[in-house]
This record gives sequence, C-alpha cells and structure tokens, in this order.
Amino acid sequence: MLDAKIPAGPLEEKWNYYKTHAKLVNPANRRKLDVIVVGAGLAGSSIAASLGEMGYNVKCFCFQDTPRRAHSVAAQGGVNACKNYKNDGDSVYRMFYDTIKGGDFRAREGNVYRLAACSASLIDQAVAQGVPFGREYGGYLNNRSFGGVQVSRTFYARGQTGQQLLQGAYQALMRQVGAGNVQLFARHEMLDLVVIEKKARGIIVRNMDTGALERHGAHAVVLATGGFGKIYYLSTLAMGCNGSAIWRAHKRGAFMANPSWTQIHPTSLPQSGEYQSKLTLMSESLRNDGRIWVPVNKDEQREPNQIPEEERDYYLERRYPAFGNLSPRDIASRAAKERIDAGFGIGPLKNAVYLDFSRAIKDQGEDKIRKKYGNLFRMYEKITGVNAYLEPMRISPAAHFSMGGLWVDYELMTTIPGLFALGEANFADHGANRLGANSLLQASIDGYFIAPYTMANYLADEIKAGPIDVRHAAFAAAEENVQQQLHLLMGIQGNLSADHFHKALGKILYDKCGLSRSKDGLEKAISDIVALREEFWQRLYVPGGYAINSELEKAGRVADYLELGELMCYDALTRNESCGAHFRTEYQTPEGEAMRNDQDFSFISAWEWTGAGKSPLLHKEPLHFEFVTPTVRSYK
Amino acid sequence: MGQWKQQTLSRKNWMAFTGLFLCLYLVIHLAGNLQLFLPAERAHRQFNLYSHILSGNLIIKAISYILFACIIGHVVYAIIITVANNRARKIRYHYDRRGAASKWYSRNMGLLGTIIFIFLVIHLRDFWYVYKFGRLPMDADGHKDLYLLVVSVYGELWYVILYVICMVALCYHLLHGFFSAARTLGLYHPRYTHAVRVFGWVFSIVICSGFAAIPLYVYCLK
Amino acid sequence: MRIRLKIWRQENEHEPGKMMSYTLEDINPHMSFLEMLDTLNEQLLKDGTRPVEFDHDCREGICGQCGIMINGRAHGPLKNTTTCQLHMRTFTDNEEIIIEPFRASAFPVKCDLKIDRSAFDRVIQSGGFIAVNTGQAPEANSIPIGSPEVEAAFDAAACIGCGACVAVCKNSSAALFTSAKIAHLALLPQGQIEAQTRVRNMVNQMDKEGFGHCSNTEACEVECPQQISVLHIARMNYEYNKAQILKK
Repeated sequence: MLDAKIPAGPLEEKWNYYKTHAKLVNPANRRKLDVIVVGAGLAGSSIAASLGEMGYNVKCFCFQDTPRRAHSVAAQGGVNACKNYKNDGDSVYRMFYDTIKGGDFRAREGNVYRLAACSASLIDQAVAQGVPFGREYGGYLNNRSFGGVQVSRTFYARGQTGQQLLQGAYQALMRQVGAGNVQLFARHEMLDLVVIEKKARGIIVRNMDTGALERHGAHAVVLATGGFGKIYYLSTLAMGCNGSAIWRAHKRGAFMANPSWTQIHPTSLPQSGEYQSKLTLMSESLRNDGRIWVPVNKDEQREPNQIPEEERDYYLERRYPAFGNLSPRDIASRAAKERIDAGFGIGPLKNAVYLDFSRAIKDQGEDKIRKKYGNLFRMYEKITGVNAYLEPMRISPAAHFSMGGLWVDYELMTTIPGLFALGEANFADHGANRLGANSLLQASIDGYFIAPYTMANYLADEIKAGPIDVRHAAFAAAEENVQQQLHLLMGIQGNLSADHFHKALGKILYDKCGLSRSKDGLEKAISDIVALREEFWQRLYVPGGYAINSELEKAGRVADYLELGELMCYDALTRNESCGAHFRTEYQTPEGEAMRNDQDFSFISAWEWTGAGKSPLLHKEPLHFEFVTPTVRSYK
Repeated sequence: MGQWKQQTLSRKNWMAFTGLFLCLYLVIHLAGNLQLFLPAERAHRQFNLYSHILSGNLIIKAISYILFACIIGHVVYAIIITVANNRARKIRYHYDRRGAASKWYSRNMGLLGTIIFIFLVIHLRDFWYVYKFGRLPMDADGHKDLYLLVVSVYGELWYVILYVICMVALCYHLLHGFFSAARTLGLYHPRYTHAVRVFGWVFSIVICSGFAAIPLYVYCLK
Repeated sequence: MRIRLKIWRQENEHEPGKMMSYTLEDINPHMSFLEMLDTLNEQLLKDGTRPVEFDHDCREGICGQCGIMINGRAHGPLKNTTTCQLHMRTFTDNEEIIIEPFRASAFPVKCDLKIDRSAFDRVIQSGGFIAVNTGQAPEANSIPIGSPEVEAAFDAAACIGCGACVAVCKNSSAALFTSAKIAHLALLPQGQIEAQTRVRNMVNQMDKEGFGHCSNTEACEVECPQQISVLHIARMNYEYNKAQILKK
C-alpha cells in the first residue's frame, strides 16, 4: 500500500507540524550536498534558485537554449492566491474547498490545503522579485475573477502572467548562476536516471549541441519537467514539451499516477489542416462575454452572421442554464465535442464551434470589448486573418494540462528515494480537473515553499554519503542503455519521420483517450498503440548525425510517448467511473453528465513499470476525506 | 574614470558631448556670419571688425582649442565606435532589407560625417588658414579684409554648389545627431524627448539653411 | 501556393555555410511560416537529406526561441511579430523567400538557422534581478506602486529575449534588450537599491559579450515583437550616467 505520509492532526496544522519537525541541514553541510534539477520552468527555476540561495551545490538542466523559454512562459490568465484583498470572504479554507471540488474530489486534502495556505507567500515573493502584477490606481494589487469560484483571487500581469512569474524565477536562478551556486546546463536533455542502492543518485544527459553523453551525480534529483500533453501532438503546449524525463524515471521505478487525466481546454483555435503543428490557446476569460453556439442545421452553408437567431443552438446556455458559457473547462470542452461529433461542427473541417461577441458588442459597445480583450482579438486576427469584431471566432477544444504525472508523497518525493517531482511533472494537487490560474501557483509553491523543506528532510541523512562517484557501475550501465537506444533509433533507417508516428499516436489518443473514453475504444487504442509502436521500431527514419539533430530528439521523445500513451489507456480503462476530465461514456447520467463512483474509485491509481511488453501494475492510494464530504459537482 | 574608456555607453557619451558642443559652435558661427546679409558696405566693415575681435580674444582662443579638440574627439570616437561595431557582426547578411525599419540617415552617420569632415578641411583651408597664415589685404579700418575673401570664394559656382551639398549632409547629420545625443545622455521622458526631437528638426533646418543661404546670397549679389 | 526558398545551411559552428535553394509546391496560405519549414523538412527527410535545423518552441509568440531573418527582415516582413506568428498568406505565389539566421558576433550560428543566444543569459546574470532570497519578501501590499508605474515596468518586462533587436541593429547592439531589464527594475521601488551596481554590471557584461554601440536608429523598436520602446535605452543611459557620476 502506498503511503503518502500526510502528517496527522487538524488540516490547518499539518504543514506547520511537518515544517517544525522536519530534519534540517546546517549551512556548513549544505556545501557537501549536490542536487540535480531537471527542467528550468517555474518549478525548476524556483527550486534551483532556492536551493542555491541556501547553499547547496545545484546543477540545473533544461532542453531549451535558456530557462526563460520554458513553457510556464505561455500561461496567460493569472495566479490564484487567497489574500482576500477584495474583502469578499476569501480564506485558505475556501480556496482549498474550491480547488478540491474543482478537482472532483480526487485529490488529497492535506496537499490541497497546503497549496492554498502557501499561496499568499507566493504573491509576496513575486512582488519582491519585481513581477509587475496589475494594480489599482491607489497602488495596491488588483484581482480578477476566474472560472469555478465565487471570489476574486486571481493576480495577473495583463495576459502574460506566466511570462512575468517565470522571469522572476529565471532572474533569481540567473543570480545564483552568476554567484556560482548553480551550474546551468542549457540544451541538455535527461535520458536516464541513475539509481544506486534504491536511491536516485544521478542522471545521464545528452548535450544536444555536441551529442555527447554526460554523467552527473547528486544526492537528490528533482524532476520539474512539466506536463506531457504534447503526447496528443496537437495541443496548446510548446513543440519541445515532453514526458521523456519522467517516463525514464518511471522505467527506473518511479510510479506514474493518474496518467490519463488530461485537461482539454475549451477555447483554443481549431485545427485548420494536416500540416498543423500546434493549437493556440485563447484565454478562457473570453467566455465572460462571448456566447458559444453551433447552427441548428447540420448542413448549414451560410456565413455565421447570416444565420438567424432561432437557427442557432447556444448549447451551453441550453444545457447549463446556471453557469452557461462560464461552465468549467471539462464541461465546456465535452459539450463542444458532443456537438462536433453529432455533426454540428463548423468551419472547413467541421471541427469547431462559434464564440460570438455580437451581443456583447451591441450591449457594451466595441470600445469596451476592445479594452477588455483587444490583445486577444489582435492575436486571433494575426493567426487566422479574421476580424472577430465583425464575425464570430471559431474555437475548439485542445489538450492542455496533465493532472497526472509521477506519483509523489506529501514531501513531493516519488517512490524512488531521493527523486523528487515538482510542478506539472507530478500528479499532486489538482485531482481530476485543474481550476484556472492554479497551475502557475502549484509550480511556484512546489519550488519556492515546499521542496526546500522536504528536500532538506531527505538530504539530512545524505551528509554521510560523501561525493557521488560517477564511475560507479550503475552510471556506466545507464549510459550504455542510453547509448544503445540512440544507436537503435539511428539504425532503423526506415522511411517515416518521428512526427508521422507522433501525429498518428495523437489521433488515437485524442479520439479514444481524450474528452470521452469507453471500454471498447480504450481496448482498441491499446492494440493500435502496440501496433504503431512496432511499426515505429521498424520504419522510423532519423537522418543526420549525433550532434545537433532535432529529428533524433523527437524520435526519442516519441518512443517514450508510444509507451506512455499505452499506460494512459490502461489507466482510463481501469477507472470505471467518470470524474473531472476523465469521462467514461458508460458512466454518465441520463442527461449525459459525469457519474462519479466514490464507493469504488476514491483512490489514486499509481502504476508500476514491469518491463517492456508487460502489463503495468496498479497500486492504489486510497483518498481519505476527513474534513470535506465529496458531493456531486453540478453546474446546472 | 579609467573604466569609462572601455564601455560602449561612455564612448557614446563623448560622441554626444563633443557633438553638442559643435552644435553650440554652429549657432555662434552662424550668428556671426549673418552679418554678411547686411547692406554690402556695412557688412564689409562690420564683418572684418568681428573677425578681428574674434582672432585677438584670449577666451575665444581657448574656445577654439576646445573646438578643435571636439572635432578631433568626435572623429576619433566615431572611428573607434565604427571599428567596434563592425567587429560586432563579422559575417554580413546575404540579403539585407533591414533598412525598412529605420531612417537612412540614422544608419549613415559615418558617411555624412565623412562628407562634413572633408568639407571642414576645405573650409578651414580656404578661410581660417588664409586668415591666420595667408596674406590678406587690409580694409579701411586696418583689419584683415576677410569679407573680400568670402565674396571672391563664393563667386565660384562650383564652390557654392559644393557648399550647399555639404550643408544638406550636415542637416541630415544633425537631424539624427541632435536627438540621438540627447538620448545618449539619458533623456528618457516621453514628452521631453519628443520636444527635443522637434527642436532638433527645427535647429538642423534653420542652421543648415542659414549656412547654405550665405554663399547663395553672396553668389547672387555678384 | 508555390514557394521558392533560399536557406542558409551550415553544418556546425566551425564550418562555413552557404545558401541552398529549395522549392515547395502546394503550400496552404493559412500555414504558419514554421509549419512551412516543417513541410520542407518532411520533404527533405523523404529525400534522405538532413532537414533544416531552426529554433522554435511555443509557436505562439511568447517563448522567444524562434527568430530568423526572412527576406532581409528580422522575424519577416511584418512589424512587431515573431517568426512563429507569421503566416504564408503574407507572401505571394511563386515568391522567393530568403531565410538566414540572426547574425551577430555575440550570437554564433550553431547549425543552419540555430544560433547561440546565451550571451543574453550572461547579461542577466550580471545584474538583471532584484536580489531577494526565497522567504525574505515582505507583505506584497506593503509596497504600493502606482498603476501607471507598474504598467510602464510591465512594458519593459514584456521582453521575450528573442534577439531580433540585435539582429536588426546595424551595429548588433543589445541596448534594447539590456535596457528593457534595467528599466523594468529601475521603474519599481523594489529595484532601486541595486540600481547603480546593476546598470554598471549589465552594461559591462553587454560590452564583454561583443555587442556593438547603440546609435539610436530605432530599428529595434520596429522589429521588437513586444514593441519595447527605445526610450528604455535612454533610461538605461540615464541610469548609467547617474551611476557613473555618483560612483564613490
């Protein structure tokens, strides 16, 4: 049985209790301890900087050419914190409750409460770093409201909050690099984890510029490598986002938790052709004033503006009169898919729905709309060439965020001692559905305020271990393993690109393990993925050499995705209920709403790798609700 | 101060200081030369008197040394900066249309400066050198007759054309140089930078058309 | 659409490169520019040749990784746009498109269109931060900052570090990049304490990296995807001069 090691006691005292009882490392001893941080986004930069400030020897790795490009940069809306600056009744408990309810009661109470409790400190930290959050004219911080909650607790820096928070963390990291406390290895990808005597002791990385494999040893390894939503190929993620680091750690013994829980964001731009590489997200805030509809007639040929009001189906307003166009992400996405699948989709590929501002423009005037969303309308026009003041936008759902990830306990440590997972790379706090503006929060809190304590608790016992010797046989074996895989990929010499397989995998997953899943579909998906994987290892073609070679990078990532995708399907298949982003068509109410099964499925699925070609092994971590009672999420 | 030399910003500061001092000198120079627009007889005597006073004054002498230092400093720094800038991009673009993003004269300050420098050499040789070291006839008041020299030099059409072309070059050089100097020295307030820019335009056009008008006027008088 | 391409190909940092010609048929005008390059690479791969290496990541204009010279302009013919936001409808049928890496001595070419912009990281390392450790921060609202000041700081902080300012500058100056960070921090009360050492160190590092002088041509502002104002450069000069005058 998996033990999350959540401290006993009242909810609000758990974290304080942990902090006051955790072991410490004295400043003189910190110099003797090496820590590796993989990934330099918000979570990675913040932990690397924090540990560097404390005096540990830190090495920080990222695949981008500089940490400032990590995909945290793309988060638009904001970051939640229960400062209660608006005097509207916000509190740690309310934020905790909103988050755990938003996650459809599939997250740990202790973790979620800690997230809410630490949120206020993040705002303080970010402001001190110079993050220019929006302010009121009196000079005090401003908030906006966001989906799924009744208070205004979202701090924002225009539509680029992620960029600004990342810059804060990046600058803190650069300061430590300049001071010599952190060594930065940009353009390095982690290809294996080294485990010695059941403890994480280092990693094997590939220098993506020279192709050289390098061994790096440490007393603890942190994976802060973000989510793997790019597995769907078409997603809102950056092209380079990948699941390789966590997957390779998984193959070395770290469990993967709830890998199939992927948030599909409702307001992204639709795919316009086969060539498409990425779906751009349009901020959720547009749904405050935009109305979503599709034509009543399947074979509608008219331009949207020519379709009269009575021939439009405002399906969100129809199905969810209380929340309407502001229904939570999972519900809005699913409703769109339902209409598109039923043949009512619009656009040349019939894969989108309209997001219409005509009424808002009529009621409030174009100027007001321009003030609120001008940058988004400009972005829309840049990408599509269409002026959305004159005709409705076309939007469609797109893969966005992985709620699942490496299983971690309360200390953010995986099932491999000494291996920590932070931010989107772990499965921690969002349950089965993440609320808007909580992803930046979780990544930062993990890095600034949680891991520095929990890692010290682990590292306190490692002082005696002495320096890690990279000449150890385990390093040699891991390097050999990586070398072999690279040779294998280069050696296939088939005729299909890595992207070809990635697109095929993405389509299987989007159709069968995306917005809605079914037993038959998932079983078919598993056999399709196995077949695709076989084809991959026979027909892949990687041109070029071992030095700079994007195709080789992609091939390694797709190889991992082809295994991870199968696990996602297993995960979805064994969860015979619908919860949050996970919607099994067999488990729905007569009105088509998700039907959760708390009796049998109030647990976290943690999967163990048992070897290539073998079925993964399921471990359950039961969820205990001591302080809240799971209820049915209703937005009607 | 030793550190100043190494930094790009301090080199640009010297460019700005020397450039602005030269601008100031242009004003004084033009103000003096405007006497040439007086009725011929009066202009003749007054201009020669003015030149005589200037050449004898100690303060003016000191200023003239600063002036030469500024010209040399401006040129030397321009060369140092240009060499460093060329080193900052050793491989050129194969196909270059970056010009669409900025004004041509802002990119060609070196070329404009070279034209002005050549002009300066000719100008100094024709007037300053002759006045100082050459043999000039005396006027009725016993002053060296610079006025006569001016009238005879500006009687040549080719010289007038050259002079006007050089003033156009100077005008473009100032159009960019004046506001650029203010920026370099750190004027960042949006309202005032705009005011300086407008002032710079007016300044460049007034100064340069003033200078260009003199040879034209003198030539037409003939 | 039919597109003719001339692309800079270079094996690695040490070998010289050259322009190579390619032709693509049936390009959809709604494709993004980078998707057009994806299509080219797919074609090259089918022919068994090495695809073109180019920098890209988020493909929505915020990460700053993409950046190439397209027809002699940084990030292509549109103003204030990143390469990834450029679409093929901007070009005409049968047009020849010339593609080169950003060039500056401080940005060595690594392979084809990929360049090394780590010089920017080192400029930030030299002082582009507020030295606050995790845990030291006071309550956020204890430092009121006027909305106009914070918006001005944001305008500077919006820099994505793509390097277009250096690429378009005739002198390869990094003044816009460096000054954006200096201005961002100088505009906020939190950033005042280190203002003088920051500006001196950052300018020093910028020079060490081999960037050129700023001659205020203002081309950088025109090409900057975030429309960062050149007035930040003036602000940097002001801060620098102040720091030099007040230096003890």
